[in-house]
Amino acid sequence: MLHVKERTGENLVLRGARVVDPTEGIDRTHDVRIDNGVIAAVAEQVDTNEHRVVDATGLVLAPAFVDPHVHLRTPGREDEETIATGTAAAAAGGFCAILAMPNTNPVIDSAATLGALVETARREAEVQVGFLAAITRRQHGEELTEMAELADAGAVAFSDDGVPVASAGLMRRALQYSSVTGRQLALHCEESSLTHGSHVHEGAVSAELGFAGYPSVAESLMVERDLALAAYENQPLHLLHLSAAESVAALRRAREAGVRASGEVTPHHLVLTDDAVRSLDANVKMNPPLRAERDRAALLDALRDGTIEAIATDHAPHARHEKEAPFEAAPFGVTGLETAFAVLYTRLVRSGLLPLATLVERMSTGPARIFGLDRPRVAVGATANLVLLDLDREWQVRADGFRSRSTNSWLLGETLTGEIALTIVSGATAYIR
Amino acid sequence: MTSIRLVKDELRPPGPPSRRHLLSIADLERDDVERLLGAARTFAASLDRELKKLPTLKGRLVVNLFYESSTRTSSSFELAAKRLSADTMTLKSAGSSVDKGESLKDTALTLGAYDPDVIVIRHPHIGAPQLVADVTGAHIVNAGDGTHQHPTQALLDLYTLQQELGRLEGLHVAIVGDILHSRVARSLVQAFKLVGVRCTLVGPPALLPRGLDAEMTTDIDAIRAADVVYVLRMQNERMEAGANYVPSLREYAARWGITPERLRPGQKVMHPGPMNRGVEIDPRVADSADSLVETQVRSGLVVRMAVLYDVLTGGPVGVRALAAAEVA
Repeated sequence: MLHVKERTGENLVLRGARVVDPTEGIDRTHDVRIDNGVIAAVAEQVDTNEHRVVDATGLVLAPAFVDPHVHLRTPGREDEETIATGTAAAAAGGFCAILAMPNTNPVIDSAATLGALVETARREAEVQVGFLAAITRRQHGEELTEMAELADAGAVAFSDDGVPVASAGLMRRALQYSSVTGRQLALHCEESSLTHGSHVHEGAVSAELGFAGYPSVAESLMVERDLALAAYENQPLHLLHLSAAESVAALRRAREAGVRASGEVTPHHLVLTDDAVRSLDANVKMNPPLRAERDRAALLDALRDGTIEAIATDHAPHARHEKEAPFEAAPFGVTGLETAFAVLYTRLVRSGLLPLATLVERMSTGPARIFGLDRPRVAVGATANLVLLDLDREWQVRADGFRSRSTNSWLLGETLTGEIALTIVSGATAYIR
Repeated sequence: MTSIRLVKDELRPPGPPSRRHLLSIADLERDDVERLLGAARTFAASLDRELKKLPTLKGRLVVNLFYESSTRTSSSFELAAKRLSADTMTLKSAGSSVDKGESLKDTALTLGAYDPDVIVIRHPHIGAPQLVADVTGAHIVNAGDGTHQHPTQALLDLYTLQQELGRLEGLHVAIVGDILHSRVARSLVQAFKLVGVRCTLVGPPALLPRGLDAEMTTDIDAIRAADVVYVLRMQNERMEAGANYVPSLREYAARWGITPERLRPGQKVMHPGPMNRGVEIDPRVADSADSLVETQVRSGLVVRMAVLYDVLTGGPVGVRALAAAEVA
C-alpha cells in the first residue's frame, strides 16, 4: 500500500543513543546495528561488523514518524508541492511514511489517476507514500467512486477531505461499502450550512475583528452524525483534524460505546488558539479554524489519554502569492511536515504538558495502527524506519530552510528546540542534517 | 508623548522601523483619542477663516486607494489632504489595474514606488490595510476594511458627540441595526470604551455578534434609556433572500426601524450614511432637528485632517501646532 523509490538497505551502527520506543517498552541507552536495512541488534553494546558507525551519544533514537494527513498537491498544483519535494520535507521532519489526500486536480477518484501517482511515487518518493482516494466522484458528494477497484489499485483509505460528505444517505452507503473494500473512511466533518463564508472560529475574536464565524457546532454536529451512522452500520471510521471540545467528547463517548472510531489532531490546534488570528496573518488561517483555549485543552487531554490516537500535520502547501493577501482572500491551510516534532516538543514536552514517549507514540505507532500500516519500531528483525532526534538543539524556522516547495508556515521566525538529526526510511538514510 | 501604536505581528520577524498608522481603534489609548480630537478642534477653527488652506503638509503625497464605493469618506479624505496643502492622488479599483486582476500587494508595491507619505485605503477584506503597511513604507490610514474597522468614522462620531452634547464621559449611546456586519459599530464599541461612553447594541438576534464583549439586546425599547441613538445602515446586499438574518426588510423596519414614536423628545440621532430611508430610519427622523447626520459629515473633514496631520508629524497639537503650521 506504501510506495517509495528504490533504495539499497544500509549497513550502519547507531552508537549510544537513548532509545525511546514506547510500544516496545524501551527507554534506555542502546546501540543499534542495521544489516542491509534491517535492524539486526539492539543491545547495550553491539559488534560493529565493520559497518559505518554514527555516534549518537546524547541523541534520542525513536521509531520514525507516520503522518496520516498530507496534501502533496500533485497532480495539478506542482508549483506548490510535488511528490519529490513533499516527501523530502517529510524526511526532514523525521517521517518515514505519509498518507496523501486525494483533493488534487483532477481528484483521485479513478484507478487510472491513482495508478499514475503510484508510478511517480516509485520514482520520486523519499519516504513511503500511501494515497487516499475520494469517497465521491470529483468530491462532489453525489456518487460513490469505484471503491473496490481503487482499493485494489492501492488506495490506503477513502476521504473527501477539504469538503464534507453532506448527504447522510450517501455517507451511510459509503460506510456500508467499506465492508467490501476493507478500507477506512477518513472524514472531514463540517456542516457547510453553518460555515458559509466563514474564516475563523466563532467566538470573542471573530466578533471583535468582524469575521464571519465558523462555529464549533458545525464540526461536532457532523462528527455526531457520522459516529451515529458508523455505530448503526457497525463500520470503523477516522475523524480528520479535530478542533472542537464537543467533537472530542463525542468521539470519547462513541469509543466507550464500542464504535471503532479514531481521531487525529494537528500541531497547530494543539498549540494555538483563535487569539493568534488577531495578527491577521494568513498563515494562521486553516480549516477547521483555530479555536478557543477550552478546545485546545480538550484536544491535549484527548491526545494524552489516547482518545485521539494520532497527530497529523494536515500539511497544506500554498503558493506564496496566494497567501500574501488579506486574511479573508487567502486560502485555508498551513505547512507542517518540517516543524511538527520540534514545535510539539518545544511547546508541549519541554513545558511538561506531554511525555516524550506519548508524543513519539502518537506520531508513529498511533497513525500506523489506525490505517493498518506496518508499525515503525526499534526491534530486531524490523526494517529500519528510524529517527534520530537532537533534543537540545535550537533552530530558527526560516522561509529559506524548507525542503517543501511552499513556505506558508505559522512558525516563520520562531526558534524551536529539538532537531531531526537523521531519518532512516526503509533501511536507508533519507535525511541527514 | 504617546503615539499611535504600530500593530505588531508577533508571528513574523520584526518588520521595517516603526511608522505611525491608524489601522484600528484597538491600537489607540485614551490619550491618542484626546490628542486627535484636540487637533480636530484646532483645524475646525482654521476652517472658519476666509482662506481655508493651511501649508502644514505641503510637499507631502497622500494616496487614496479605494476598493469600495464611498462618497463621504473618500471626498472628506481628499479635501482634508487638500486643505493641508498635501498633493493627493485618488485611485479607485474600477478602471485601474485591479480590474485586470492585479493583487493588492502588487498594487501597493506600485504605488509605494512613488514614495507616498500616506496611503488611505478602503478595501472589502479585513486586514487589507495591514498588508499594505507590511509591503510599503507609507503611513497607512484605514478608511474601512471589510467588516473589521472604520476608525476615522468612530473618531468623527466622538468629535460630533463632544461638540453637540458637550461631553463624552458618562454619555449613553444605543447602536441599532446590523451590528454583525458593521465595521462602524466595531470601531465605535472600542472607541466608546476608551472615553467612558456607555454603549448598548440593539438589533435582531442573528445580527448581534455572538461573543462580543458588549451590552446587547434585541429589545428596541432599550433605546429610550440612551442619550443618543446611533442608527446603522441595513446592508441590503447582505439581506438577500435566503440569508434569513431577518425574515424581511419590511419586518425589520416594523420591529427595529427608528421612528419618531420610538424616540424621546429631544433624543439625538446619528447615522454614518448612506441612509435607507424607510428601512432603518424613518424619513421624519432623518430630517428632524435632532438628527446629527450633517454634523457628522462636517466633523469628518476636520477629524481626517487631524488624522493625516497626526500620523505624519506625530508632533504637538493645539495652538502651538497651528502657529507652527502658519509659519511653515
